Amino acid sequence: MGEDKSTYTDHVISLLVFNHPGVLSKITSLITRRGFNIDSIAAGPTKEKDMFRLTIMVKGDDRSIEQIQKQLYKIVDTFKIMTIHPARKVEREIGLIKVKAPMGERNEVLQMVNVFKGSILDSSTSGFVVEITGSSDKVDSFISLFPSNQIVEVARTGIVAMDRWEKQ
Amino acid sequence: MKGARILVEALKKEGVDTLFCYNGGAVISIFDELYTHGKEINLIQPRHEQGGTHAADGYARSTGKAGVVLVTSGPGATNTVTGIATAYMDSVPLVVFTGQVSTGMIGTDAFQEADTVGITMPITKANFLVKNVDELAPTVKKAFHLATTGRPGPVVVDIPKDVQMDETEFVYPLTPDLPGYRPKDSGHPRQVKTLKKYLHEARKPVVISGGGVNSAGATELMNEFCDRYGIPVVTTLLGHGVSPQHEELNYGPIGMHGGLYGNYALQNCDLLMAFGTRFSDRIMGDPDVFAEQARIVHVDIDAAEIGKNVSVDLPIVGPISGVLEELNREESYGDYSEWVEELRTYRDKNPLEFEQSEVLKPQYLIQLAQKYFPENTIVASDVGQNQMWVAQYFHFHRGRRLLTSGGLGTMGYGLPAAIGAAVGNPDAQVLTVSGDGGFQMNMQEMATVKQYGLKVKILVLDNSCLGMVRQWQQLLFDKRYSGTCMNDNPDFGLMAKAMGIPSMKLEKVSEAEQTMKAFAESEGSMLLHAVIEGEENVVPMVPAGKPLDQVIRKM
Ligand SMILES: Cc1ncc(C[n+]2csc(CCOP(=O)(O)OP(=O)(O)O)c2C)c(N)n1
Repeated sequence: MGEDKSTYTDHVISLLVFNHPGVLSKITSLITRRGFNIDSIAAGPTKEKDMFRLTIMVKGDDRSIEQIQKQLYKIVDTFKIMTIHPARKVEREIGLIKVKAPMGERNEVLQMVNVFKGSILDSSTSGFVVEITGSSDKVDSFISLFPSNQIVEVARTGIVAMDRWEKQ
Repeated sequence: MKGARILVEALKKEGVDTLFCYNGGAVISIFDELYTHGKEINLIQPRHEQGGTHAADGYARSTGKAGVVLVTSGPGATNTVTGIATAYMDSVPLVVFTGQVSTGMIGTDAFQEADTVGITMPITKANFLVKNVDELAPTVKKAFHLATTGRPGPVVVDIPKDVQMDETEFVYPLTPDLPGYRPKDSGHPRQVKTLKKYLHEARKPVVISGGGVNSAGATELMNEFCDRYGIPVVTTLLGHGVSPQHEELNYGPIGMHGGLYGNYALQNCDLLMAFGTRFSDRIMGDPDVFAEQARIVHVDIDAAEIGKNVSVDLPIVGPISGVLEELNREESYGDYSEWVEELRTYRDKNPLEFEQSEVLKPQYLIQLAQKYFPENTIVASDVGQNQMWVAQYFHFHRGRRLLTSGGLGTMGYGLPAAIGAAVGNPDAQVLTVSGDGGFQMNMQEMATVKQYGLKVKILVLDNSCLGMVRQWQQLLFDKRYSGTCMNDNPDFGLMAKAMGIPSMKLEKVSEAEQTMKAFAESEGSMLLHAVIEGEENVVPMVPAGKPLDQVIRKM
C-alpha cells in the first residue's frame, strides 16, 4: 500500500459497537496493527443501551481508510460503521486548558477566552482553567495563541462527529 | 448442570466427533466430564499442544469441518499460538477451548495464568472470555458459527475454572446471537452480470483459483467452469485441487516458484478472474506490473480482501460457489482457443524440469510418490523447498488434498497436520513430506501416530540443511551458509523405531523406484528417510518483489 504520505488527510470514522468486554482494545489494536496512528478517539453510550459509539480520527489516503473500515467491520462486535463526510460533518471537541495569567496579563487572557466563546472553569492568582468547545481547529487555534510556556496543561476529549441532516 | 458438562453437551450438539486435547489443571474437570459423557467424541492426545493444533488444522482442511482443540491455561494456551496463527493466515476453521484461572484470580499473575484473549486477539477471527456459566452455551454456539461461516477462521473460547464448576440449566441456542455479523450470501447480481459481459468481451481470460475455492468446496464447480467454456486456470499454493479434465486448461502453480507458463498466463491475459485469493506478495511479485494488460475481477467472501493488495476493476463480494453456479448457467462466452493454443505452445517450450543426476533429486522423488501413491492421497507438506517441490510436481485431482501452511509458512506443520487428516479420513492414504529441519520441529508426534495406529507415511527429504534459506544465501549472500547447516542430524530411522514406526532409508537413484513403491504400498505408518542432493534449488524463482517475468530459470 502507498507509502506516499502527501495524499494523507484527516478522516473521521464513526462506529457503533456492542459494549462487550475488550471491544475497545480490539478496535484500537486492529488500527495500530494495520499501520495507522490514531489522532483521537472518543467513546460514549448511545440511545441503544448495549451499544456505544466511537469516533476515531486517523490520517490516511482514501484507499487505506477504506481498507481500515473494512477491517473494522470484521470485528464481530462492530454493528455499524459510518464515514463522516468532511463536507457534511458537524463536529465538537472540548479542550480544558490551564493557562498562566499572572496579575497584569489577566485581561488579555480573558479577552481571548471571550473571543473564543470559552468559559472560565477555575481561576486563581496564577491563572485560569479555560474550557473551549468547538471544532478541533478552534481548540488548536486557541492554544496556539499563547507561548508554550504559558500553557501548563491541556486535556482534550477528541472529537465527536456526525453527519448533518440530508438537505430536503 | 456444571459448566464443564455443558461444554461437553454443546460439543455433541455441534456434532463434534474428534477433540485434539491436552490435559492440565485448568481443564481437568472438562476431561472428567468427557470420561463419563463424551464417549462419542474421539480424544486425540498429541505430544505437544502445537502438534495438537496443527492436527486440528489438518483435520479441518481435509474434511471441511471445524477442528476442535482443548488445552489448559497458561503454557497450554501459549503452545497453541503458532497453530492458531497458521490457521488464521490460511482461513482454517478451528475452535480452540482453553482453560483459564478462576475469574477471581484473573489479573493477579496466578499460577499458569496467561492473557489468552489478549495474546490471541490478532490471530483469531473472534475470541471470548466466558465470565459467567450462563454465557457458556451461547458462546460455544457463536464460536462454531463464526469459525465455519463467511471467511472461516480460528476462534478461541477461554473458560475459567470456576465457570466450569458453576451450575446452570443447559439450553443450547438454535441460532447464534450475532447481530453485527452478516456475511454476504450471494454476489451482487449486477456485478456478476458485468463479469459475464467481461467474459464475452475477453480474448485471453485466466482464472486464479485460491484457497477460498478449496475452503468453499468449490473445486468441482471451478473445473466445470473451466472445462465448459475453455478457460485456463492457475492456482495459488492453497488453491491446488482444481483440475479440469482438459489438460491444456491447467497451468498449475503461480508466483515466486510457479511454473513459467502459469506466470506467463498472468502477465499476458486480458481478463484475470481471481477467486478466493488475497493476492499475497508471493503471488504478485511486483504489484505495479502485475497482470498489467488485464481487467481484474476479484471474487471473495471477505470484502476487506478486495482492493487490499491490488486495485480491481470489478469486485464481487460473496460466496464463490454461488458466483460459479451463476456463471456456469450461461450457454457460452467467447472463443478462447487461440489463447489456449498460445499457452500450450509456451508450456511445451518452457516445461517445468529438473536435471537428473547420480545423486537423488527431490523432484524425482515427488514424481515417484505421485506415481505410486493412490490418486486421492492427502499430502501434508512442511515448509521450505520440500513444500515447493510438492506444489510443483505433485498433481492434485481433488480439493482438500494438499495441506500446507501458506500464509504463515510454519515449519513443523506437516507431520501433525497429516495426523489430523488421518484421523478425519480413516480410509484415505496420507503422506507427509518434509525437510530435515521442519521434521525435527514436531517429530515427537510420531508417538501420536503410533498411539492411535494411524496410517501416515512420512517422507523426509534430507539435504542436511535448511534448504530454502540456504538457497537464498546462495542467491543473495554469496554462499555464506550461516546458520543453515544441519550436518549432525539424528538418525531418523532410529528415532522412528524408538517410537514404534518402521522405516526405510534411500540413498541411491537406482533404488528409488522400488523403495518408493514399497513405501507407498506398505501397511500402516512408515518413515522414508531420503538422502537428497544437498544444494538442489527450487526453480523457477522470481526474486521477492520482482516482476513475474524477471525469473531465474536455473541456479
Ligand atoms: C517455524 C519456522 N522457523 C523458521 C522458518 C524460516 N524458514 C523457512 S524455510 C526454512 C528452511 C526449511 O528447511 P527444511 O525443513 O530442512 O526444508 P527444506 O527447505 O530443506 O526442504 C526456514 C528455516 C520458518 N518458515 N518457520
